[in-house]
Amino acid sequence: MSNLLDRLNFLQSRELEQFSGGHGQVTKENRGWEDTYRNRWRHDKIVRSTHGVNCTGSCSWKIYVKSGIVTWETQQTDYPRTRAGLPNHEPRGCARGASYSWYLYSANRVKNPLVRGRLMKVWRELRQTKTPIEAWTAIQSDPILRSSYVTTRGKGGFVRASWDEATEIVAAANAYTAKKYGPDRIFGFSPIPAMSMISYAAGTRYLSLLGGTCMSFYDWYCDLPPASPMTWGEQTDVPESADWYNAGYLLLWGSNVPQTRTPDAHFYTEARYRGTKSAVICPDYSEAAKFGDVWLNPKQGTDAALAMAFGHVILREFHLDRQAEYFEDYCRKYSDFPMLVKLEEKDGRLVPGRFLRADDLKGKLGAKNNPEWKTVAWDEVSGGLVAPNGSVGYRWGDQGEWNLEERAGKADTRLKMSFILDEDHDSVATVDFPYFGGAATPAFATGQTHPDVLPRNVPVKTIRTAAGNVRVATVFDLFCANYGLDRGLGGDWVAKIYDADVPGTPAWAEKITGVARDKIVHVAREFAQTAEKTGGKSMVILGAGLNHWYHMDMNYRGIINMLVMCGCVGQSGGGWSHYVGQEKLRPQTGWLPLAFALDWGRPPRHMNSTSAWYAHADQWRYETLTAGEILSPTAPEGDWDISMIDYNIRAERMGWLPSAPQLRTNPLEVAKAAKAAGKDVPAYVAEQLTSGALEMSCQDPDAPENWPRNLFVWRSNLLGSSGKGHEYFLRHLLGTDNGVLGKDLGEEGRQKPKEAVWHDDAPKGKLDLLVTIDFRMSTTCVYSDIVLPTASWYEKNDLNTSDMHPFIHPLQAAVDPAYESKSDWEIFKSIAKKFQEVAPEILGQETDIVALPILHDTPAEVAQDQVKDWKRGECDLIPGKTAPNYIAVERDYTAIYDRFVALGPLLDKLGNGGKGIGWKTDHEVEALRKLNGVWQDGPAEGCAKIVTDIDATEVVLMLAPETNGEVAVKAWEALSKATGREHAHLALPKEDEKIRFRDIAAQPRKIISSPTWSGIESEEVCYNAGYTNVHELIPWRTLTGRQQLYQDHLWMRAFGEGFMSYRPPVDLKTITEAVNTDRGQPHVVLNFITPHQKWGIHSTYTDNLLMLTLNRGGPVIWISENDAKTAGIVDNDWVELYNTNGALTARAVVSQRMKDGTTFMYHAQEKIVNTPGSEKTGKRGGIHNSVTRAVLKPTHMIGGYAHQSYGFNYYGTVGSNRDEFVIVRKMRKVDWLDREATQKEAAE
Amino acid sequence: MHNFIFGIYPYIALAVLLVGSVARYERDPFTWKSSSSQLLRRRQLILGSVLFHVGVLVIFFGHFFGLLTPLWLIELFGISHGAKQVLAVAVGGVAGIMALTGGIILIQRRLADPRIRATSSTMDIVILSLLLAQLALGLLTILVSLQHLDGEEMVRFMHWAQGIFTFDPNAARYTEGASIIFQLHIFLGLTIFVLFPFSRLVHMLSAPVRYLWRPGYQIVRSRRTEALPQHAGPVTPSRAGRAPLTRKPAE
Repeated sequence: MSNLLDRLNFLQSRELEQFSGGHGQVTKENRGWEDTYRNRWRHDKIVRSTHGVNCTGSCSWKIYVKSGIVTWETQQTDYPRTRAGLPNHEPRGCARGASYSWYLYSANRVKNPLVRGRLMKVWRELRQTKTPIEAWTAIQSDPILRSSYVTTRGKGGFVRASWDEATEIVAAANAYTAKKYGPDRIFGFSPIPAMSMISYAAGTRYLSLLGGTCMSFYDWYCDLPPASPMTWGEQTDVPESADWYNAGYLLLWGSNVPQTRTPDAHFYTEARYRGTKSAVICPDYSEAAKFGDVWLNPKQGTDAALAMAFGHVILREFHLDRQAEYFEDYCRKYSDFPMLVKLEEKDGRLVPGRFLRADDLKGKLGAKNNPEWKTVAWDEVSGGLVAPNGSVGYRWGDQGEWNLEERAGKADTRLKMSFILDEDHDSVATVDFPYFGGAATPAFATGQTHPDVLPRNVPVKTIRTAAGNVRVATVFDLFCANYGLDRGLGGDWVAKIYDADVPGTPAWAEKITGVARDKIVHVAREFAQTAEKTGGKSMVILGAGLNHWYHMDMNYRGIINMLVMCGCVGQSGGGWSHYVGQEKLRPQTGWLPLAFALDWGRPPRHMNSTSAWYAHADQWRYETLTAGEILSPTAPEGDWDISMIDYNIRAERMGWLPSAPQLRTNPLEVAKAAKAAGKDVPAYVAEQLTSGALEMSCQDPDAPENWPRNLFVWRSNLLGSSGKGHEYFLRHLLGTDNGVLGKDLGEEGRQKPKEAVWHDDAPKGKLDLLVTIDFRMSTTCVYSDIVLPTASWYEKNDLNTSDMHPFIHPLQAAVDPAYESKSDWEIFKSIAKKFQEVAPEILGQETDIVALPILHDTPAEVAQDQVKDWKRGECDLIPGKTAPNYIAVERDYTAIYDRFVALGPLLDKLGNGGKGIGWKTDHEVEALRKLNGVWQDGPAEGCAKIVTDIDATEVVLMLAPETNGEVAVKAWEALSKATGREHAHLALPKEDEKIRFRDIAAQPRKIISSPTWSGIESEEVCYNAGYTNVHELIPWRTLTGRQQLYQDHLWMRAFGEGFMSYRPPVDLKTITEAVNTDRGQPHVVLNFITPHQKWGIHSTYTDNLLMLTLNRGGPVIWISENDAKTAGIVDNDWVELYNTNGALTARAVVSQRMKDGTTFMYHAQEKIVNTPGSEKTGKRGGIHNSVTRAVLKPTHMIGGYAHQSYGFNYYGTVGSNRDEFVIVRKMRKVDWLDREATQKEAAE
Repeated sequence: MHNFIFGIYPYIALAVLLVGSVARYERDPFTWKSSSSQLLRRRQLILGSVLFHVGVLVIFFGHFFGLLTPLWLIELFGISHGAKQVLAVAVGGVAGIMALTGGIILIQRRLADPRIRATSSTMDIVILSLLLAQLALGLLTILVSLQHLDGEEMVRFMHWAQGIFTFDPNAARYTEGASIIFQLHIFLGLTIFVLFPFSRLVHMLSAPVRYLWRPGYQIVRSRRTEALPQHAGPVTPSRAGRAPLTRKPAE
């Protein structure tokens, strides 16, 4: 009917009746208008997917599709229920995820394959007459042609290409590089597989089939806490967020839960309702601060001092003046406190040395298997020395006694933690402890004057060893001395009262941190009291605020010490909740063979990115931090005065860290030479390296033979987000315009490295080809040579897991990939296919030589109990023992695609496994043949197909113990062989459960308990790290087999980190006289902090209009009111931040929230959005990493030493960035650089 | 030309007004609204809007009764033309100044406030400008009127207006020789009628006057077309529970 006539129909009453005494009436008027609103929310279908962004949220979402278009998304609410009494996981989601659908049809979407214009022009010309390989060879052999496109990187000028053309260039470049320099010059960088496992695996599978290098990410992001592998031999394992609810006391330390763990924050709120007490520790008044019963705001970067004071109070009140029974019992069984440490003499003074080992003693305590790897303690039962079960020496070789039962072999034991009683110790010795507080830079100095060595008294026993009498002390006694506790033994630098100004006390920490001593005592006491009463239910949630400092280990170990002292680790509701970048790829062992093509060849090439980018972005050429600045005054004699890159070279040489590239000579050629010489590959390489005929690439990263040549970046924004030392990347790796403001060591006349070869002429533009695969035009895309459009997260099928909840759930294609995009799986398939077409011109079936560092969780990890360098003649080069192993791997470059889409034969032959255990998996491979189909002919005849992305997900789900109960039982049984204990009961009830892709499409599924992880999935407890160590008596994978609070490796002792201590931030010397052009002008020098933000997940969403609208629509920094006043800055002013590393521009947010002396720039705000030119560099603004540079720490390079052995993303150097200072000032002129490019600049 | 503007144009304007409004109400009901900017800036709006609306309403009804009341009715009450004109000048002047003041406040914020400016359509600005011009012209006519207080000119406009509504083919004659200001005022008024259906002015047709007498605070828009049968009396709870309602289940 007509709207108007309806309205004007006065003849017929619309009223049906009245109610409530006439106050209400029921009418029968037209309700047609309602359909308008109903249609607004009407849709054709809902598809389950998620956001494959680097976020631990892992929230399942409903994606709404209407007329073939994704219209919006809402949170899924169908997570499997938790047990009674525990809040459910939903709601999970946040504003960022809810804005994702904007990207699909935005102007920022990459719609077609794009190629740098100049490259495309030359390529098309050459391809008229040449084959792809010849064309690429011609471009690379002509320096003018090469630099014509290399120098225009980042300056626009992309042209559209067809998929055929773009993949042909990529394939030709890869084949040329493998042939000319070696396949290890083909790098690939992609982070955090857990968020989209198949997309990650697509690229790494292709690279691994070629022999390319897969770059790590967790360490490079500085999210890896090296303290975790040091203490637990475990990369990172944490409680799920539901376990916060079980906590009695929650300490939030440097982690902004509501802002950066938004979907989990409800558990924090719910825990507060349950009555959990909470203290929040962060320098700024963060969003988390308001949750706390108490907020402590220490000066940034001084957290270790605070942790030390907490530890001092806990030791004093719960271990010394009164021994809490639960704590004593826990520490005896689960920590290295009872282990004995030899005191070593240096210049007549004693310092803590190595752990006493069975090997040191005459008769070796009866140990035949690995006596040098069995640590020793004093046993109260037998009244003598024992080598208790569980140390790494029990793990390898003879098996069955690697467990935490209170036994040594067959004998029962009760380990003694302390020799404090008069009848227990033979004497009291004065032991030196290093003190680093005096080395603070002016920004952190307190005026306290303590010596740099603190001698303290410790009760010791004298032991007769094979090498004579030595004095030994328990870790616990040394530990107490290190915390400055007076135990009635006399001597200096120990305190009986908290008010004494002795390193370790609350009074001392108050001066450093600014936190009142009574608050320190109060929080420490409550933390420990709660743990004592609840059996360890005190939890610390900690994150980037602590872990991104150069000395992050000290912050972390300080906190870990507290948790171990209070028996919190491994107890539900307690423990160490490190939440930064710690994604959990739950079906890891099922995924590894797919991702690294372990079904076709082993081992893959892995590289720790921090060392690689440090070397290849030539950040080492600007290194101002010397080893002398961080070396301990108690360091043993040694050649310590070398630069950071030299340490890294030694580490690579001794097989501690991986290398990429590996050898200066093409490994395909080396293999041919070995064959010609009729020698075994490892023996041949060892001989040639010793003679010097072969060289490792790490010694000379600037020689053209050693450059990385091709780089793939996918699922990542390397240059716009994680690339510490952004301007160095641009200058040296890319060879384009950059904003580096300082000079290198040569120009500055500083001491150059001793081992690394110095070239006065630094390379500019090491990469021949940079390929980025993304759905949005990120900063990295802008700098690439080729950009390939990928499917968005609503346009592909994949898997997603997190450690914040126990579920596995999918990404699914709600619609087909828009425009010309394809899923990552399809993209790498098409590149592989192209490679197979073009490569046979120069490559066939080849033997490659892969250099493999000594890996953690392998029998090789008990390699070097002493540090010996073959290059300096201290030992022979024994591959896999004193140096990397050199392993021959067969490649078939004519069948890369055929292998890519087939599950290879090695799984049948060698089985599968991970973390030191293995099992046969032929049953699962056969099941996959039935599920996915079998190739009937070709190079992969008889193999299961992996054609589609769903096929690939099925491979992962079938092979992983977490998603296949049968495999889980096999895995637990495999572990039982090592521990001699029965574990399969943890998985037996789920033996018949097999999770398929269609299952998780229907609903997220809870995974199955697996020995890959240290927690369990159960109806009784939440997932909590270390749970199986404590409750199943499975040792931690450390040297002592226990939570190891003392680190005895030579380098750890040399750098003063045997025990934790407070180490102030290091001096990076980036505010130089030369760079500061604002002397006399209003400006302020601030500590540059880059926390995680509210309006994006790293750089994703920071270019999303919806998120930009919620903040200031472009880059911002935060600054305190006082600092702003000093620099003459008012809110929303444009400011410039700079130091020798470069410059950036942003708007200022002036806020009371900020602590004076710091500036926050939420990390990874894209410089492609609303960023004006920098007055200092004359270039477009810069990003947060324009003012940072990666700095290495030698202790992170340690390898071949049980838990301190390399693992991909597991141990290694980390890219810290918090110790940086910048000059902040108001911009005089805001120049948007919106001029037309001149012909010369234009990329044509 | 004169005949077109004062004899034919009024019919065009009224036709557009009527047909345009009906069409818009039928075809595009969701655009039928006042598009208030109160959400963006409140205080200033209240002052400007109240002044403007009160003024305009008084003027509207003044014009309505002044022009369309039959002369005989006025004469019946014995009101002289002069007195009527003085009344019109006085009331119209006060109301006109109120409306003009309010209007200036409104246009100031519409143009100067960046948020309101950004959410304004061209028509919003055009129609407000025209209304202000019309108010200014209307106030200027007072100066003309004051020169001849006998009210005869006003009577001519009444003849004209009533002529239009009685389809007098010679209606345009009554306005011949009137002051140019009056002529412009009438022309602009008719033009505003033309623009009415295409602007936010339509909201005046939906002024919620009915709320004054509408029964009930709560309206339930039912899908039923028939009233419920009446209960015999209050329903009393019993051991067996409530007595069943004597109605059919909803479809």
